[in-house]
Amino acid sequence: MSERNPLLRWDYVVAQRHTIIAAVIEHVQLTLLTVVLGLAVAGVLAAVALRWGRARPTIGAATAALYTIPSVAFFGLLVPSTGLTRTTALIPLVAYTLVVLVNAILDGLDQVPPAVDEAAEAIGLSPLRRLLGVRLPLAVPVIVSGLRVATVTTVGLVTLAAIVGQGGLGRLILDGLRRAFWTPLTIGALLSILLALVLDAAFVLLERRIAPWSVRRPASRAGAA
Amino acid sequence: MTDASRPAVQLLAVSKHFPDSVAPAVEHLTLAVPRGAVVALIGPSGCGKTTSLRLINRLIDPTSGHVEVDGRDTRQLDPIALRLGIGYVIQAVGLFPHRTIAQNIAVVPRALGWDRGRTRRRVSELAELVGLEQEQLGRFPDELSGGQQQRVGVARALAADPPILLMDEPFGAVDPVVRARLQQELLELQARVHKTIVLVTHDLDEALTVADRVALLDRGGRLAQYAEPDELLRAPAEEFVTEFLGPDRSLRRLALLTVDALQLRRGAAVAVGTSTHDARALLARDGGDWIGVLDDERFLGWVRGTALAGEGSVTEQGLEAPAALVGPRSTLRAAMDRIMTARTATAVVVDEGRFLGIVTLEDIRRALAERAG
Ligand SMILES: Nc1ncnc2c1ncn2[C@@H]1O[C@H](COP(=O)(O)OP(=O)(O)OP(=O)(O)O)[C@@H](O)[C@H]1O
Ligand SMILES: [Mg+2]
Repeated sequence: MSERNPLLRWDYVVAQRHTIIAAVIEHVQLTLLTVVLGLAVAGVLAAVALRWGRARPTIGAATAALYTIPSVAFFGLLVPSTGLTRTTALIPLVAYTLVVLVNAILDGLDQVPPAVDEAAEAIGLSPLRRLLGVRLPLAVPVIVSGLRVATVTTVGLVTLAAIVGQGGLGRLILDGLRRAFWTPLTIGALLSILLALVLDAAFVLLERRIAPWSVRRPASRAGAA
Repeated sequence: MTDASRPAVQLLAVSKHFPDSVAPAVEHLTLAVPRGAVVALIGPSGCGKTTSLRLINRLIDPTSGHVEVDGRDTRQLDPIALRLGIGYVIQAVGLFPHRTIAQNIAVVPRALGWDRGRTRRRVSELAELVGLEQEQLGRFPDELSGGQQQRVGVARALAADPPILLMDEPFGAVDPVVRARLQQELLELQARVHKTIVLVTHDLDEALTVADRVALLDRGGRLAQYAEPDELLRAPAEEFVTEFLGPDRSLRRLALLTVDALQLRRGAAVAVGTSTHDARALLARDGGDWIGVLDDERFLGWVRGTALAGEGSVTEQGLEAPAALVGPRSTLRAAMDRIMTARTATAVVVDEGRFLGIVTLEDIRRALAERAG
């Protein structure tokens, strides 16, 4: 049996290359869409937490609670209302990113040195200018780290969205499991791991470039004042 | 609006109680800052210096009393507009780490909507003014030394040419040598820009050197004394002031007063060519052992009375060079140091070679005593 059903059959891969490529594209799309929507929702929640400080613990607890819902259950529960649609896949995926992203935004803003914001206020910048021109740019490195974690996690979770008929590479894996035919299973698994690694590496490069002010080393501490 | 006689900044019976503290941070503070003056706020840590400064540009509002800037109650002004019109150097410098030096300096002009060209010209002008290299303008704050960062902080505060400058321990984070230089440069800068400056410090020497008037605050923001530096040292208003100024008040005054503030005596001095007879007579009246020899207005040196025996005239030969020379802008402390280092009794005061007179330790002692009267 393993002679005719090896882990990887290249002829099958070649024949099915269009399906495989389409699955990769769908996987990437779903991942990016999730992260973009997640960032938008997290942005709104963070804004609420900033505006009304007392809402902050509640938002923290709610996003953490969302994260604890088992994924298969979450996808499954939505099917009766939203069907086997992309929406059904996106709702849990976006929900799972929130705990990481909301915290990244708030932590990023929190770690801005108080003196910097104090100076911005003292010289006459308006609250909006201080947020957009000073605190947010300084929070970006922390937010990008959060995006990295959210993205890599989402690549993995997207495969599970196959159970609601979405999920890109997840569908190859599911197909392989159903038919006990290992090639699509192997291809789906390998490519989703590869995708996670590639995106992770992309973020590492981004993180290096995003804060040129902190990468540069002080020229000379000694010497003339 | 810019009535020269009206104070640039005025605090009128201002108190500030923070909700979560028992003692007031500032209590019934009344203080007028004259236009164009440098006023130092000084006092022990936690006495309300920073709070007083923050009350001026409405970073905080007073619990009672009111603040006037340019004769207008600040509560009637938009806080953002008020702050944009007042330069502020915060205690911790607080440069924007993600912005270059040029961008840091340009923040207020940009917020005021200046065009690029004008902003760029202003930035390079300020770099020059505060002593930064043009090539540093493209750097990030982390790449500069502490002293350079402080200069950037000052340049940022001066960017839109505000008439009033608030500085919270602007030189607190640098070593004493750099601090002394920055203080000197601030004085030179002030001579060019003529701002009204309120400067917070807890360094007494800094307050005495840079300020026209010193406001000494006691804990709880109570104003203990508000006076010119020499007056503060000469006549402390109360026990707390005396204690704060320390046991070496007279020495500090010596560092403040300059030689040209003394009534300079000509002493025993004769022109070259004077007869030894006349010189002896002069020395006898003066009661000293040495006589100065002048060529016109130039001080040539000293000659000992015993060398003036016999008939003839005073010549340039055999004169002893003056061991202690001081200029009219030297401090009395420097003059005293010169006299004692040279182990002599008299310093000769010359201004670009021109003889002005002599100073003795007794003159200095009398000057301190007279002014104390
Ligand atoms: N935002 C605040 N909330 C509560 N208390 C405050 C606040 N700011 C200052 N205080 C208190 O007010 C008092 C005066 O503080 P302030 O910062 O004006 O002192 P300072 O003279 O500037 O001290 P330092 O020399 O240490 O800078 C202190 O007791 C301080 O704890
Ligand atoms: Mg302070």
